[in-house]
Amino acid sequence: MVRWLRAPATETQVSHGQRLWLYVLAVIIMVLLVTPTLIVIPMSFSDSQYLEFPPEVWSTRWYEHYFESREWMQATRTSFQTAFLTMLVATPTGVLAAYGLHASQIRFVRAAFVLMITPMMVPLVLVAIGAFYAYVKLDILYTVTGLVMAHTVLALPLVVIVTGAALKSFDMSQEEAARSLGAPRWKAFLTVTLPQIRFAVVTAALLSFLTSFDEVVVAMFISGGDNPTLTRNMFNSLRDQIDPTIASISTLMIVVTTVMMVLAQVFGRQRKPK
Amino acid sequence: MTAARTNEAGLRADERLERLKLFGLSSPAILLILVVLVLPVGWLFYVSFVGADGQFSLENYERMIASKSYARIFMTTFKVSFLTTALCVLIGYPLAYFMSQMPERIANLCMITVLLPFWTSLLVRTYAWLVLLQKRGLVNDWAISLGLWDEPIKIVHNLNGTLIGMVHIMLPFLILPVYGSMKAIDRDFMKAASNLGATPRHAFWSVFFPLTTPGLFAGALMVFILCLGFFVTPAVLGGGKVIMVSMKIVSNIELFVNWGAASALGVVLLVLTFLILWIASRFLKLESITAGGH
Repeated sequence: MVRWLRAPATETQVSHGQRLWLYVLAVIIMVLLVTPTLIVIPMSFSDSQYLEFPPEVWSTRWYEHYFESREWMQATRTSFQTAFLTMLVATPTGVLAAYGLHASQIRFVRAAFVLMITPMMVPLVLVAIGAFYAYVKLDILYTVTGLVMAHTVLALPLVVIVTGAALKSFDMSQEEAARSLGAPRWKAFLTVTLPQIRFAVVTAALLSFLTSFDEVVVAMFISGGDNPTLTRNMFNSLRDQIDPTIASISTLMIVVTTVMMVLAQVFGRQRKPK
Repeated sequence: MTAARTNEAGLRADERLERLKLFGLSSPAILLILVVLVLPVGWLFYVSFVGADGQFSLENYERMIASKSYARIFMTTFKVSFLTTALCVLIGYPLAYFMSQMPERIANLCMITVLLPFWTSLLVRTYAWLVLLQKRGLVNDWAISLGLWDEPIKIVHNLNGTLIGMVHIMLPFLILPVYGSMKAIDRDFMKAASNLGATPRHAFWSVFFPLTTPGLFAGALMVFILCLGFFVTPAVLGGGKVIMVSMKIVSNIELFVNWGAASALGVVLLVLTFLILWIASRFLKLESITAGGH
């Protein structure tokens, strides 16, 4: 231990002991980053009206409350449906766009790229009220279709950035080789290019799912009626009170996110050749 | 000779057509963004210049300049955004530095602690802080049992609670680009500085830190921009005491159904956001900002 403390830790010969403060600080920050969310999980299994930690009496009553509530079930269905459809729409649209921008190299490409990433820069509230107005005109307010359209727009920047980066490191001459051997462009893309950027595409798909599933502000405005999302209902009940049911729903949402992230790790990461 | 030339021209025309066709692949995405985002926002722009009588007027903007409450809202928005960014830099930089110095395996493990909250629902994280910081919450309980203070104090439903929540949510946006720029530094630079007689402190500030400024700048910019338009966290943790621009926009529509006032505020918010991005893009590439975000 003492030897470790005295051992040089950096290229400039600062010892571990001299930067013990950095290690302690980093651990504190990491604990603060992770625990607030994780602590909700045990709290959701408390029997009390108030959220306690650790719970004195354990129970699943808040989960029962959630699963027995028609409203929450309806909202959960809407959220999953929207997120799944958003993934199905945003991924091909975004991949096509990224490929088009990458391969065409015309003058408008930069402007088009900027347009594609604007949904990430525009304050969400503006997207929300703008879409609200447009949907009233188009008569698709409070529909899953409308929600999927809006969430697709929010997910597109991620898909374009992630697959665009993958295309940049892909050697396009492979596709040209396939085409000079007689493959039409679409076939060359599907059989040569796509398999090689598939990890980025899977990552992009999972990110679009999560973008939609977690989105609050836009859903607040354009979901409702028969189709409120889970996040919209959660936000509304947060404004009123601290309902322990929210803790159980939060736990379920953490589970969904974690599953998505694990999937992204398993299927979305290119294995480096050892 | 002429045949060759027409051939060449034809090929070039073909190529141009081919490129246009390829560009056309991005049209579904562009169309969707136009319909859902650009046109409606353009319409908000228009509405902001229409007065109560339906005629062109600047009254929505005049009200904003004349009214003290709007000035206060903009002040609050800038204050919260600035404080959040500053706190993120102060907390995020050391953590990124720590991770960049660790061996790959440990660094990856630490990265999980940054990425896990990054992808956890924003609403869940805000809720978690609400639960922890409330009067009968864990933080008060533990602080009292440790003797830090005697009675439950109000930590949430005010500026402090808002800042705690926002810093927690924004930290990954700062840490990721800063960590990226730190990893890109050749470690031999520090060795060289040391070899040439720099003290560790001197080597850090004159060699290492300057090389991380692009990442730091990109991260801080992203955090600041996102804070400007933030809604959920201040609405839940601010308890009505921290009114940001986005919240005023929402209440203008939900409570007062005043599209003119809401639109004008939205236009100012949007113009401010793009102005800051435009100024920043003169100093660094736009791609580096977005790459920092995700």
